Amino acid sequence: MNAPLRNWVEIGSINDIPRQGARCVKNGEMTIAVFRTSDDRVFALEDKCPHKNGPLSQGIVHDGCVTCPLHNWVISLETGAAQGADEGQTASFPVKLDGQTVLLGL
Amino acid sequence: MSKQRLVIIGNGMAPGRMLEHLFEVSDAFEVTIFNAEPRVNYDRIMLSPVLSGEKTYTDIIIHGEGWYEERGITLHKGEKIVQIDRDERKVVSDKGTVAQYDRLVIATGSSPFIIPVPGSDLPGVLAYRDLDDTEGMIAASAKGGRAVVIGGGLLGLEAAAGLKLRGMEVTVIHLMPTLMERQLDTAAGYLLQRELEGRGIEVLCQANTKRIIGTDRVEGVELADGRIIDASLVVMAVGIRPNVKLAQEAGLAVNRGIVTDATMRTSDHSIYSVGECVEVGGMVYGLVAPLYRMAKVAAEHLAGPSKAEFVHAETPTKLKVTGVNLYSVGDFAEGPDREDIVLRDAARGSYKRVILKDNKIIGAVLYGDVADGGWYNEMLKSGEDVEGMRETLIFGQAYQGGASADPLAAVASLPDDAEICGCNGITKGQIMAAIRDKGLTSLAEVRAHTKASASCGTCTGLVENVMGLTLGDTFVIPQAAGMCPCTTHGHGEVRRLIRAKELKSIPAVMQELEWSTPEGCAKCRPALNYYLVCDWPGEYTDDQQSRFINERVHANIQKDGTYSVVPRMFGGLTTADELRAIADVADRYSIPTIKVTGGQRIDLLGVKKEDLIPVWKDLNDAGMISGAAYSKGLRTVKTCVGKDFCRFGTQDSMGLGVKLEKFLWGSWSPAKLKLAVTGCPRNCAEATCKDIGVICVDSGYEIVYGGAAGLHIQGTTKLGNVKTEDEVIEVIGAMTQMYREQGFYLERIYKWAERVGYDHIKDVILNDLEARKTYYDRFVYSQQFAQVDPWAERVAGAEAHEFSNMAEIKLEAAE
Repeated sequence: MNAPLRNWVEIGSINDIPRQGARCVKNGEMTIAVFRTSDDRVFALEDKCPHKNGPLSQGIVHDGCVTCPLHNWVISLETGAAQGADEGQTASFPVKLDGQTVLLGL
Repeated sequence: MSKQRLVIIGNGMAPGRMLEHLFEVSDAFEVTIFNAEPRVNYDRIMLSPVLSGEKTYTDIIIHGEGWYEERGITLHKGEKIVQIDRDERKVVSDKGTVAQYDRLVIATGSSPFIIPVPGSDLPGVLAYRDLDDTEGMIAASAKGGRAVVIGGGLLGLEAAAGLKLRGMEVTVIHLMPTLMERQLDTAAGYLLQRELEGRGIEVLCQANTKRIIGTDRVEGVELADGRIIDASLVVMAVGIRPNVKLAQEAGLAVNRGIVTDATMRTSDHSIYSVGECVEVGGMVYGLVAPLYRMAKVAAEHLAGPSKAEFVHAETPTKLKVTGVNLYSVGDFAEGPDREDIVLRDAARGSYKRVILKDNKIIGAVLYGDVADGGWYNEMLKSGEDVEGMRETLIFGQAYQGGASADPLAAVASLPDDAEICGCNGITKGQIMAAIRDKGLTSLAEVRAHTKASASCGTCTGLVENVMGLTLGDTFVIPQAAGMCPCTTHGHGEVRRLIRAKELKSIPAVMQELEWSTPEGCAKCRPALNYYLVCDWPGEYTDDQQSRFINERVHANIQKDGTYSVVPRMFGGLTTADELRAIADVADRYSIPTIKVTGGQRIDLLGVKKEDLIPVWKDLNDAGMISGAAYSKGLRTVKTCVGKDFCRFGTQDSMGLGVKLEKFLWGSWSPAKLKLAVTGCPRNCAEATCKDIGVICVDSGYEIVYGGAAGLHIQGTTKLGNVKTEDEVIEVIGAMTQMYREQGFYLERIYKWAERVGYDHIKDVILNDLEARKTYYDRFVYSQQFAQVDPWAERVAGAEAHEFSNMAEIKLEAAE
């Protein structure tokens, strides 16, 4: 794949996502979780915790992180990296806002 | 150098303490004591336990015979001094003994005040002052009958409680409107009266004694309003008077007491005075703490030149009646320049009041929970400005910052291989190494890296001490562990503050309680959401984003990402129509697995997320609602068949189970709540390992609770028996509400009960009908907002985003 090339895909409106919540986008076999923070920033991570593949989209969102519902790992929404003493990283994807429209960079 | 002659009149607690101090610093005196009582020195404040039978005379001796012999003290027991000759510097006893002195200490104490009503000199009328009085009361109580105690102050109430324990009927007559009015305000006085009445002691306030009736000995007491109370014993405990007669006759300055300066010296510079007979700074004292301070000052001045002075200080009052906890100190009269902070817990019968003036504590009255009395008194004495902790002052010291006295010493003395965390087998050495090697500075970090205190958490305090030891002053040991790393407040504290400060949203809690993170974390948010749902029914809007996924989608997420759906079957009963509808749903949505659960209902396993809403709709249409099998809330009420079909059944266990589940469903609780009703003690419904169980018996219903059958297995504890189904429902509703209001998030009912005490729960829910009704009413009120079927809401469109993907990107579109 040509790394620098991004394909920006329109996935819907920011209002489709609850504040401090997430929605899922299916990309073939992969599920991408798109998060919205309380201050309306939007982030996208593969919907798999680096620990045991827990669905991050179902976790509790707080302070730029999401806590995995399975074993409480805390993952940075921005980098996908596990916080604290845990080590691991989930793939993250760039997101752009065009007005209310959310664009996902693949 | 020959020794100076020190003569002491009286051998009570004050001169006893004075001699202890004196012999520590000086051996310059040859001491002679005259004691009107035929005894050594004993602890007068322990007479109440002697009266109640909790202690004996020998338990309360302070100085035995040997103590006097070792110090060469001459003790004249049972000899009363009748004259002080100041010119000749000698004293004379009633037995003619004469003693010369260089220094004299008068410690004649005080006498009980006997109200001068007719009959007060009859045999059977006693004061409550010394061991003879105490023994007189014990002897009188052996004959039974009724005792009347005149005076509802400290001594009178201790006497009343002791006589009651000795088996007598007891009436307390008190002139004032409330008991102990000099030490307690009216609210605390009321609680005290209720407690004493609960023990079977009759209390008559605003009652004035007119005369004591009897011919050869006491037979009763007549009140000013004409009432007559039969009595075989009358105890007068209306106050004390300093014994000043001897000093007065010797020409010393005397007011209410023997007047001394702040060095405890009387108007004659060779004569000192200590104890209850003294008037110093215009005050006369009757409690032991100031008397002991007098003793120390007098000893220092006798021993040589000293700057010691007696300074007035507020002395706290405590009632020495087993099981009654009250504490009062300082000034608690109301006034325009004063502010009150009051905390009442009607259900627990506790009352706390702190009185402030200019941001300083000037008084405190505590009833029930008195643990913080000493702390308030310290601040009262030091005059500390309490502005900064006003909001939490009333909750006590545990709710403030600051470290307690030297907890590190014990941990410092442990060897490196001492196990600190039993759950995870982590030693002190391992924790210290991890802190040093990885540069850890917080408890959360230590937990993450070592797992120490990351399981049951009971070793948290120890781990913090190890951290304090390793990190030195850079680590401040928190007073109590916070509910999560976002706060230093524990669960109990957060719950109290939510109610006390009327915090009604998660942001309000985080702001007011100074959360260290802007949005909390996955630990505190669900807890706060529950606390707010519980405490503000009808006012608080449930925050879905602070709930765990299972409660958000009202189904249990399974490991393959599908969900399980469990419709409610009240009491485990179903119908042919319901079963047919379930079968149709299973066919229609190709649900692969159908299982009967342990809670007597049917679990549809493997439902795809996008099918959840249509599945719920079809089940709703057949009359079924969510079984809440995912919730921290009411799960199931399991039943056996009961008397309608079973030959052993004693009651309608199925019917009662259905009623209970219809009453309780929809309620949220700190952790899951499972019930069972079993029709006879054979216990087919396994009620004795449930959170709450009902065992039907011939005479009614036995209610049990606090069972567990998960990781931890535990049988239930009996709450008590009731006669009717209505009572079962009221008791269980009330207990559920008490648990809902007091439980910490994720704390099962047995953990809560262990924390607050099974006896306490029984006292409130079973024995205190008023408290039970209050809890029950609050539960019923809350249920009107809770009994909404979440399936129906979502079928109608609520939270639709939870159940569908936002978008689907085709693979070719990505290229």
